[in-house]
Amino acid sequence: MRVELRNLSKRWGNVVGVDNISLEVKDGEFVAFLGPSGCGKTTTLLMIAGIYKPTSGEILFDGRVVNHVPPKDRNIGMVFQSYALYPHMTVFDNIAYPLKLQKLPKEEIRERVQRVADMMGIGHLLDRKPGQLSGGQQQRVALGRALVKNPKLLLFDEPLSNLDARLRLTMRGEIKRRQMELGITSIYVTHDQVEAMTMADRIAVIKDGKLQAYDTPEELYERPRTLFIASFIGNPPMNLIRGVEVVRENGTYWTQCPAFRVPVPPERGEKVAGQGEIIMGIRPEDITLAAEEDGQGVVGEVYVVEPLGRDDLISVQLLGDVYVHFLADPHLKLRPGMKITMHFDTSKVQFFDPESERSLLWG
Amino acid sequence: MEAVVQEQAMEMVARRRSWRVSLEAFSFMSPAMVLVTLFFFIPVVLLLWISLTNLSSNTFGNPLCVGGMRDFCESLGIRVGRVEFVGVSNYRRLFADRFFPKILGNTLFYVFTTLIFFNVGLALILALLTTHIERRTGFLFRAIWLLPRITPSVIYIMMWKRISADAPYGILNQFLVPLGFEPKAWLKEAPWLFVIITNGFVGASFGMLIFSSAIESIPRDYIMAAKVDGASTLQIIRTIIIPLIKWPLLFVTTYQTLSLLASFEYILLLTNGGPGLYRTEVWSLTAYHRALQTYFGNNQWGYGAAWGFVLVVIGIIFSLIYLRVFRFDELVQEPKIDAL
Repeated sequence: MRVELRNLSKRWGNVVGVDNISLEVKDGEFVAFLGPSGCGKTTTLLMIAGIYKPTSGEILFDGRVVNHVPPKDRNIGMVFQSYALYPHMTVFDNIAYPLKLQKLPKEEIRERVQRVADMMGIGHLLDRKPGQLSGGQQQRVALGRALVKNPKLLLFDEPLSNLDARLRLTMRGEIKRRQMELGITSIYVTHDQVEAMTMADRIAVIKDGKLQAYDTPEELYERPRTLFIASFIGNPPMNLIRGVEVVRENGTYWTQCPAFRVPVPPERGEKVAGQGEIIMGIRPEDITLAAEEDGQGVVGEVYVVEPLGRDDLISVQLLGDVYVHFLADPHLKLRPGMKITMHFDTSKVQFFDPESERSLLWG
Repeated sequence: MEAVVQEQAMEMVARRRSWRVSLEAFSFMSPAMVLVTLFFFIPVVLLLWISLTNLSSNTFGNPLCVGGMRDFCESLGIRVGRVEFVGVSNYRRLFADRFFPKILGNTLFYVFTTLIFFNVGLALILALLTTHIERRTGFLFRAIWLLPRITPSVIYIMMWKRISADAPYGILNQFLVPLGFEPKAWLKEAPWLFVIITNGFVGASFGMLIFSSAIESIPRDYIMAAKVDGASTLQIIRTIIIPLIKWPLLFVTTYQTLSLLASFEYILLLTNGGPGLYRTEVWSLTAYHRALQTYFGNNQWGYGAAWGFVLVVIGIIFSLIYLRVFRFDELVQEPKIDAL
């Protein structure tokens, strides 16, 4: 099913929850709504579900306005952060609930519940109550209940937030796989950019109720259009250095500030040269430890070392109280207080206007 | 030999420990035990004791004039008691009373009609309505509905007497007559209706409060999930809300059954058991009438106590049935530890 939001807004008195969001979800697409807590992503989802009424704007399913269609007639499946399994019903009754409401024959209900439960790997738990299941099993029951009525649209409201880290990884893959197999249009709300990046075909970045960007994960990562997207997408987050100037000298573009002076590729440099003090963004993976002093290195002092296992996350203090993060091989045994020289790979460097916080490259 | 000594020592330690544990348990229970003893067990024992005597305003005398003092008292003209143990004769009299079936029927009718239609039924409807409208409006409505509970009973019942009074005073008649109805003495026409309404309107507020707080504590997600799953509002109430407030429902049912069994002050003030002979006389009112307010001015405390004691027994029987049928023991079941 194709979903379209047109100038969708939700206000409670003076409080704006969702501010004029327009976007389209193609048939079979997996879209993530990504944003910090309280940004309006769940409110948008609940409007699509029909639980909240939009203050203004339209929601269209396959080109038909559904603003006034009650949730029960929207043919959607939804998975909640809390799973919202009915505690007084067994797993069977939980999954069968949507079918019982449709008054399907008993035999068909039993068959379809069993099929979905087997698919989710919980076929042996049908007699249990939700309170007797582990978090991961509850998650599967919730997913089974959403899938059993063959919905045209699946809505996920932070379904993995209550799981432990390892289970989250497993379920992430499982949800993605089911969605691909079944080809059901899906909208997935999350504040975890890794979840959004790994699962979604397209990501809608929402902040303060406004749609910041709506693009593929690669586009958002490579070409962030605002400072917020740049800082929100990517883990560890992009280093943002204020008060940087880009100048042209002898045909080469240089980005400079009190802490360093490094060359920039001309296709990026020419767009921002001579614009005064701007914000430079460089991802941790584009910073490496320089072998030796070559005149273009950036010198700093190791401030904090955070072992992540495969890498150490190094926080470095540069001149003028500027801090940058990068990942280093733990075998290098960097320790706080060590003086190091880094190499900035500026081929993917980003620049932002400090006033409008918009990208100067892709704005 | 040594092993035996050791075993004995360990047994002593264990016994001492278990004694300490039970002492601790008793010390925690003691406030409740004092209350129950003072206000339930002692009164019930006294009640049973009185019910086995012929204590009445006829037989009552100065409590000092017993034994050797009797003659001395009599010579001084002080009233000498003629209280005697009469065994179960009060009970025999009670069950042989020709109004006994009528009163028993009245009591069951009054308790269960009020319970089903008002104290649980209306309470549930009010709770559902006030939790499905805007929060503050619902709160205000419940607060208003609670007011009659803190109105003095006499004033509350006087208002109802005025409402139901015969022409030309009755408020109800003043509205009905212009609509073409014959003016009537409504309280005499439909005494049960007014007995049940006056009790039910006040009684419903208790369940209303319990149910609405229970409904409000149901996580919003369950309701949203049910909506998405395709349930209508009525289906949500039937399949989600009611099962989730099962315990408050059973608690209010049990509690209100017992409190209705024992209540009689509104009936006393409104109809005093009438009109006519025992039309709205219920068990607890009979006990009151026999013991404290007889037509001939003879307060038969012993006989009234027998009515009271049988009511206590009926209450205990109802409690046991409820405990059994509603499986309240499940409430205190061991929690199931969640496996990861």
